[in-house]
Amino acid sequence: MVETTQVEKVDVVKTTGRIDSHTSPELKEAFDGLLDQSRYNLVFDMSEIEFLSSSGVWVLLETQKRCRKRNRGDLVIASANDNIIKTLDLAGLMHFMKMYEDVDSAVDSF
Amino acid sequence: MPRETFAASFDNLARICEFVTTVSREAGFSDADVYDVELATNEACTNIIEHGYPENSGGEIECSVEVDEVGVTVVLKDWGTPFDASDVPDKDFEVPLQELGPRGAGLRIMRGTMDDVEFEQLPGEENRTTMRKSR
Repeated sequence: MVETTQVEKVDVVKTTGRIDSHTSPELKEAFDGLLDQSRYNLVFDMSEIEFLSSSGVWVLLETQKRCRKRNRGDLVIASANDNIIKTLDLAGLMHFMKMYEDVDSAVDSF
Repeated sequence: MPRETFAASFDNLARICEFVTTVSREAGFSDADVYDVELATNEACTNIIEHGYPENSGGEIECSVEVDEVGVTVVLKDWGTPFDASDVPDKDFEVPLQELGPRGAGLRIMRGTMDDVEFEQLPGEENRTTMRKSR
């Protein structure tokens, strides 16, 4: 299940477990719901994500593209473990993603 | 050699991954290596489900895992449209973010996590994806 929490001008999105081709559509739906409401300052709390596949990476990339369009916002990552960072690195996306140690510092970045 | 057959559907990815990670973990591989094997297996199976079989066609994936003192070998057999790795372009990350597309990321992850990835089409028989990783 994907949870979203609003912290002033920032929305924090959180889910748990695996993000693969079976579960990534639900995550995409959650991000798209926020973007459709013109909420473009997003933090993805990955503290309880155990596994990230390329389909999850693609959801993050597509969301980030929409956020950054016309410099209206950004999607940043909080609390990603080493395995998640490895997936992002192998997919070649580390230099597109801003990473923060925890949700508070990610929220404060906006 | 542990072997199991799964219906080729996205909701089986977690089960297929659990099968390979359990065998790898019991064989004494490190957590980091087990994650690599899981990641590569997930990407290979996703390719088969997405590109090999038409939706709801009832296709199957047979997964076997062999471990020895050298390393682990995961073999995936399917009977769908063969995967042509040469058809996948090398990813160019120098392009601007807005122009970056999804193709190639799965294959790049497979090759980045395993020491060797091989695709074979056995005439009149199955397609075989073989992935090896040393200890």
